[in-house]
Amino acid sequence: MAAIFQGVGAATALSPSNSIASKKFQLPTRRSVSARKRGIVLVRSDGSLNLGLNSRGRRDQPLITNAVATKSDGSAASTASKSGHEILLFEALQEGLEEEMDRDPRVCVMGEDVGHYGGSYKVTKGLAEKFGDLRVLDTPIAENSFTGMGIGAAMTGLRPVVEGMNMGFLLLAFNQISNNCGMLHYTSGGQFTIPIVIRGPGGVGRQLGAEHSQRLESYFQSIPGIQMVACSTPYNAKGLMKAAIRSENPVILFEHVLLYNLKERIPDEDYICNLEEAEMVRPGEHVTILTYSRMRYHVMQAAKTLVNKGYDPEVIDIRSLKPFDLYTIGNSVKKTHRVLIVEECMRTGGIGASLTAAINENFHDYLDAPIVCLSSQDVPTPYAGTLEEWTVVQPAQIVTAVEQLCK
Amino acid sequence: MCAQMYYRGKMFGFVHLYNGQEAVSTGFIKLLKKEDSVVSTYRDHVHALSKGVSARAVMSELFGKTTGCCRGQGGSMHMFSKEHNLLGGFAFIGEGIPVATGAAFTSKYRREVLKEADCDHVTLAFFGDGTCNNGQFFECLNMAALWKLPIVFVVENNLWAIGMSHLRATSDPQIYKKGPAFGMPGIYVDGMDVLKVREVAKTAIERARRGEGPTLVECETYRFRGHSLADPDELRDPAEKAHYTARDPITALKKYIIENKLASEADLKAVDKKIEEVVEDAVEFADESPHPPRSQLLENVFADPKGFGIGPDGRYRCEDPKFTEGTAQV
Repeated sequence: MAAIFQGVGAATALSPSNSIASKKFQLPTRRSVSARKRGIVLVRSDGSLNLGLNSRGRRDQPLITNAVATKSDGSAASTASKSGHEILLFEALQEGLEEEMDRDPRVCVMGEDVGHYGGSYKVTKGLAEKFGDLRVLDTPIAENSFTGMGIGAAMTGLRPVVEGMNMGFLLLAFNQISNNCGMLHYTSGGQFTIPIVIRGPGGVGRQLGAEHSQRLESYFQSIPGIQMVACSTPYNAKGLMKAAIRSENPVILFEHVLLYNLKERIPDEDYICNLEEAEMVRPGEHVTILTYSRMRYHVMQAAKTLVNKGYDPEVIDIRSLKPFDLYTIGNSVKKTHRVLIVEECMRTGGIGASLTAAINENFHDYLDAPIVCLSSQDVPTPYAGTLEEWTVVQPAQIVTAVEQLCK
Repeated sequence: MCAQMYYRGKMFGFVHLYNGQEAVSTGFIKLLKKEDSVVSTYRDHVHALSKGVSARAVMSELFGKTTGCCRGQGGSMHMFSKEHNLLGGFAFIGEGIPVATGAAFTSKYRREVLKEADCDHVTLAFFGDGTCNNGQFFECLNMAALWKLPIVFVVENNLWAIGMSHLRATSDPQIYKKGPAFGMPGIYVDGMDVLKVREVAKTAIERARRGEGPTLVECETYRFRGHSLADPDELRDPAEKAHYTARDPITALKKYIIENKLASEADLKAVDKKIEEVVEDAVEFADESPHPPRSQLLENVFADPKGFGIGPDGRYRCEDPKFTEGTAQV
């Protein structure tokens, strides 16, 4: 997507320096830019050409200023192609995985209970029957070793997808992920590539207890050499899964336990989502809300309330947790001048903390107020339902924060 | 020579010498084809040389020059070679064993899923006695035996893990016995005799090539020097050192060759001279090689440099020509 804006050249039209009264000319300008986008040939690498067309198609949709996606609804993607099919998020992941396994015989899956059991969240259902026990490998319970095995297989020519039954279990594989996954391309002087995908559900679920409710994105973010993405809708789940598998870099794909049953209509055609880009969920004027994974839905719920109260929040699902898409985020900050980050990570050293630092570093001059970051409490997730509810950020808190920020 | 260069300040950090253990490396690796893989630990200089990496590339890597096998980015403990299928060079012990298991898995996958019927590549995993108390060792023994992976686990039991004696660290010090517990043969061999090692290696490698599964081979060996060049080596009993120095594998092989009239003294002296020349040449080459330039700093972090992300100006960071020069801000 980045190259498109380069080609357009009218970057100023997209990010006016003064956001007041921009509403009037903002919409038509964007539409005309979108119209121009159609004619541009993307000269970028690999398969990006195809995907560009589809995601551009999405952005060409009329901007729905008060569309608020609820949990059962999708984003603007749902109106993309009328001939698409309805699908649940875990099925979208499975579809993406299956399509990639069909496309490239070197793609294989490794994990606990991914084969005969079909995956503890049914993401690999039916794959073992179709592709065989070696391609969809049921491993013994040895995360460190089978992740290392995946890395060794990736170094010698395969493209494994390693599943952590719960993201928290990958703490046991931290040695391999940190030392080998991220580093070997560099320490071997570029000789070996590690096109591995490590995925699994994380996040706070429904009273799963402290150890099953961990958010590992903050622990992995410093590891050099890896990319991290978080999916939040069936559309981007399938897109990110496919992009991650096709990428030559090691990618960690974060899914969320509570989002697996989201339903959305996705296109029938082959498409992938760019790994480094953020997703504009709801354009707005007053405040930029940056979020990812499950918190996107809490934010959209809060947005409903905010719209009723007269605010116009811009909601961006950052999707790419490492590296951050500073272009989309920056454009938004330059427009609204106020940033609220809503995340499920812990307060200390989470993704929000890094994002706050990155925005302050790059866009300090454009901010009218300090960045507010709403994160989960620094507490091991309690079992009790009421306590668990207070650990994560709730829509009411988001509404209050926006009201404070926009005073 | 490495030690000399280290003390002259040509290389830094941790350097682990392999003196005394050469029989194990030679005995095993010289039986391999080029496509077979070798995974080692930080004590990997000789494994690299045995597998075919040139002395020049190894020495340059030790000196941290850009002509090294890993462009100077790996160092003593991280020797890699895609051409010779040397998969490392790992600093943490036990870390390479799962990677070796993965390479063996690829071999089996290629044969059974990708239908490359002639793919019978074997992987050798070298590690020490200390590693045999580590979880990754046992987890991989289990997986390799379970799926009959074409791998040979070679334990270079030199009785010491830095200053920890194997007998003080292990409940049952006979490591080869742990093989049958997982369903694979466990063999014990005198690691100071290269011909004995070679015989055992032959059976193990042939077994793996036939697809019958892994083997655990324990080689009794000894390192003549300390754990690394920084190790004062005060704990080991001089009598023990003397015992093993008398069994020096290179001297033993020399004696064997001369006694069995396989070559004359003059021939062996010529070989010695040739090796000296190779080493001198390697040192000279490494000395004259350039240090890595600043532009190399960020070059191999990602296979696909788009992984550095999109900068505030909308372009991918890697498209900025100043990026790999390190003068752009990341």
